[in-house]
Amino acid sequence: MATATAQTATRTAHTALEPRMLRQMLLIRRFEEKAAEAYALGKIGGFCHLYIGQEAVAVGSLTALRDDDYVISSYREHGQALARGVSANAVMAELFGKATGCSSGKGGSMHLFDAGKRFLGGHGIVGGHIPLAAGLGFAIRYKGGDQLCICYFGEAAVNIGAFHETLNMASVYKLPVIFCCENNRYGMGTAFERVAAVTDVVEHACSYDMAAELVNGMDVLAVHAATQRAVERARKGGHPTLLEVRTYRYMGHSMSDPLHGVYRTKEEVEEQRKRDPISQLAMKLKEEGALDQAALDALDAEVHAEVEEAVRFADQSPDPDPAELTTHVLAD
Amino acid sequence: MATLTYRDALNQALREEMQRDPNVFLMGEEVGVYQGAYKVSRGLLEEFGPMRIVDTPIAELGFAGIGVGAAMGGLRPVIEFMTWNFAVLALDQIVNSAAKILYESGGQVPIPIVFRGPNGAALQLGAQHSQAWESWLSHIPGLKVVAPATPADAKGLLKSAIRDNNPVIVLEGEMLYNNKGEVPEGEHIVPIGQADVKRPGRDVTLICHSKTVAVALKAADQLAEREGVSAEVLDLRSLRPLDEPAILGSVARTNRAVVVEEGWPHAGLGAQVVDVIQREAFDQLDAPVLRVTQADVPMPYNKQLERLAKASPERVVAAVRRVLYLD
Repeated sequence: MATATAQTATRTAHTALEPRMLRQMLLIRRFEEKAAEAYALGKIGGFCHLYIGQEAVAVGSLTALRDDDYVISSYREHGQALARGVSANAVMAELFGKATGCSSGKGGSMHLFDAGKRFLGGHGIVGGHIPLAAGLGFAIRYKGGDQLCICYFGEAAVNIGAFHETLNMASVYKLPVIFCCENNRYGMGTAFERVAAVTDVVEHACSYDMAAELVNGMDVLAVHAATQRAVERARKGGHPTLLEVRTYRYMGHSMSDPLHGVYRTKEEVEEQRKRDPISQLAMKLKEEGALDQAALDALDAEVHAEVEEAVRFADQSPDPDPAELTTHVLAD
Repeated sequence: MATLTYRDALNQALREEMQRDPNVFLMGEEVGVYQGAYKVSRGLLEEFGPMRIVDTPIAELGFAGIGVGAAMGGLRPVIEFMTWNFAVLALDQIVNSAAKILYESGGQVPIPIVFRGPNGAALQLGAQHSQAWESWLSHIPGLKVVAPATPADAKGLLKSAIRDNNPVIVLEGEMLYNNKGEVPEGEHIVPIGQADVKRPGRDVTLICHSKTVAVALKAADQLAEREGVSAEVLDLRSLRPLDEPAILGSVARTNRAVVVEEGWPHAGLGAQVVDVIQREAFDQLDAPVLRVTQADVPMPYNKQLERLAKASPERVVAAVRRVLYLD
């Protein structure tokens, strides 16, 4: 009975949130589609890892956080930056390498930063940023705050030492960190089960006496609810949580990689697209009468316009001044 | 002035900076309950408690990264490596995180952190425990690197390192911890980037740092006594940035230089010093600049072989004789 009441309360709280989640997921989807176009046109260089398919993870989890919490991620972080409220203009300009980018054009796609939003990268070495999240958690605990840090990484990072060293220490020191593993099933072109002895990432939490939860990453509400539970653990007792969020990337590992072929079939990708997180939420809202097709079209048009504006802004922004080459190597 | 060991000078610097700034904390293996593998942190757990003197598991990559993250979160971590040989496991965090986050964030996120511990060979510890990492660490933009040779410099440079808003590498020496010297009390700061003439001279400049300062001083004594040669001993103290004006100023006076360094010859730190001299002081040189380095081999265990492998006063004297064309 108590559980039923709690669920009803959560439902009500969601109602106001769901249209916002839909908009954020749509924004990420359209933004990434535009980024792919701009990449093909040579406006974006280097590596560019798209988030299409995984939108529910960033949106579901970040909507459960406060503005004074920290967010840190891997190199597939456009979606989290946008969901955190970094403007589409600033993210697109960074992808274009422009001075108006959120990292002043010095970071690029893999190194998005916005210190004001406590969005602290954008890190390019698989698993290398996981200890940084524990360090942010350590700083929170040291200062006696009730904030937390959420750390995003792919399932492939679970095979690296930094993951295990960090989970152990986060548990020993009781750090307020949510380790959010986005299991999209492939580390570049290698299926997880081919290289991992334990394929349920949540199982690793047992080794470190840590709370853990397996989450459906195509359901934004499920991600949100699981994150809320982890947030509560972190705020109350400074306890870390390992979330394994099962998701799927529709695109190749990066823009220079194939969508499918040697490592997965076209049929598999198409099958996964049927679980699309945006369609699922839109359908739910329609069924509940909270949204009709006209409103959805209007929302899509609005998001399209925002992304078009971001491309225009990035295009017209200046390159960094040549003098910027040598600034920010050292702080004063 | 008090006479202190190098170890206690570092301890004093840590204690004073932790008293001065509540955001400074020390983290590493055995720093707390055990009082430090080399007792640099003796008494600090009792004074500052376990939140600020943090014992870690043996997980260099993990705790170095926790340090960097804590710096991102506004603290001033001092990360102790039991030796720099073990810090190789943490290079990803030093090189990819600490040194780059300020730049790749477009200046938004400074990383004020100190990584410190003993560097280079001690006695008969074998190949894996006897390595000098200064050329590796000095190669990286975004890092500062210091290598104090005396107790006074150890205290003054560690205090500067802790107050610096950048990642600073402090290379100590296992063989230096027991050395005694006069150390100014209280606010004694040695700015990063300033070399120091440890012995003035006229005929040749011996450029050295850390443990090789003692080697150079001994060689200078021998040169004065046996050869009538007046050698200037210039202690770099900071390896990045290098004090180029001090190097060039000394060479302008002596017209000859020998670099005495720990570490292997190939792509060693001394090669960078030689580059500065040939580029900026070519016309002032009366002889090629020579380097005295560790032998180009993994460090052997055997005592005699180890002695042969290390830079020695005898090899410095021989190099000086060559640049003075005495042979």
